[in-house]
Amino acid sequence: MIDYLVAFTNELSRYIIPLLLVGIPFYGLVVKKVKVYESFVDGAKDGFTIAVRIIPYLVAILVAIGMFRASGALDMLLIFLSPMLNAMGFPPENLPLALMRPLSGSGSLGLLTDLINEHGAESIIAKIGATMFGSTETTFYVLAVYFGSVGIKRSRHALAAGIIADTVGIISAVYLCQLFFAQ
Amino acid sequence: MLNYIWFGMMLISVVVGTIAGNIDAVTEAAINMAKTAVEISIGLIGIMALWLGTMKIAEESGLVQIIARALQPITIRLFPDVPKDHPAIGSIVLNMAANILGLGNAATPLGLKAMEELQELNTEKDTATNAMCTFLAINTSSVQLILPATVVALMGAASNQIFITTIIATGLSTIAAIIAVKTLEKMNRFKINRDK
Repeated sequence: MIDYLVAFTNELSRYIIPLLLVGIPFYGLVVKKVKVYESFVDGAKDGFTIAVRIIPYLVAILVAIGMFRASGALDMLLIFLSPMLNAMGFPPENLPLALMRPLSGSGSLGLLTDLINEHGAESIIAKIGATMFGSTETTFYVLAVYFGSVGIKRSRHALAAGIIADTVGIISAVYLCQLFFAQ
Repeated sequence: MLNYIWFGMMLISVVVGTIAGNIDAVTEAAINMAKTAVEISIGLIGIMALWLGTMKIAEESGLVQIIARALQPITIRLFPDVPKDHPAIGSIVLNMAANILGLGNAATPLGLKAMEELQELNTEKDTATNAMCTFLAINTSSVQLILPATVVALMGAASNQIFITTIIATGLSTIAAIIAVKTLEKMNRFKINRDK
């Protein structure tokens, strides 16, 4: 049942974008008689201004993250935290990914790839990693880009709430996988 | 909070980099990441234009308003400060729909559009509103029904097994995000008009 559902959604996901790109103008032009070409161009103009506006915010965040990783500070944090996490039943192999996930999408994808190559896709470590990756977001990046695009400097409780959500996602990933896949 | 985290990360990096002898790598990372940030932003332009253009058609043909009205019972509770017919609700709903369907590329432009519309309702332009924080928290908790294509590619046949764990974990993190954001917004520490 589950296998079928997964195969179906994966198959469906290949058609979502083409269907949206055709379906929306179809509804506009055929049903509502909207000048679809003119509205498309009109809306598309905003793409440039928004993309350019986020540059300074993205530079600030990505530089700090890049420095932190390159200095070895992230690895030190891992060594420092691993005894405590071991005691909680949190596999230390999954910790780098958990810490990297809110900071960097490409960095955490690299770590996930590494986990799967090292332990195999059928291992519980890979399954925990993949679940973690799918159930959390790159919070710092989203925050910088979204707030940066409108010039918000005081982000109030958004960061704290985002981190809480990520933590819940990561811990759930570990315990759910142990519940479902433990031998 | 972001001020201290941002500065703290860089300070720790320089100190640790010096002690561990990685200072060259730190310099290189700073320069490379500055370049990467611009590349990411520039790379966004085309995708942004594509989705914002399509979105404009959806808006002018009334499609956005239909979807927004259908989901009003939920959005009204999540975003009580946003007038129920405001265009921001439409963009928020479409952004969430794109996230649920795993369309990360489409979600970002729609999310940025939503932020722009929420900013119109903001009276203090450099400070985030409650609605903005709620929107961001839900976004960062990653609501999704379809596994990211990259995960499916990496996990192969085993992606079938993690389908269900990912949905439950993502559901729990979204619930946590909503509870956290609604609790934190009432705390004195995060009030808008606090004296600094």
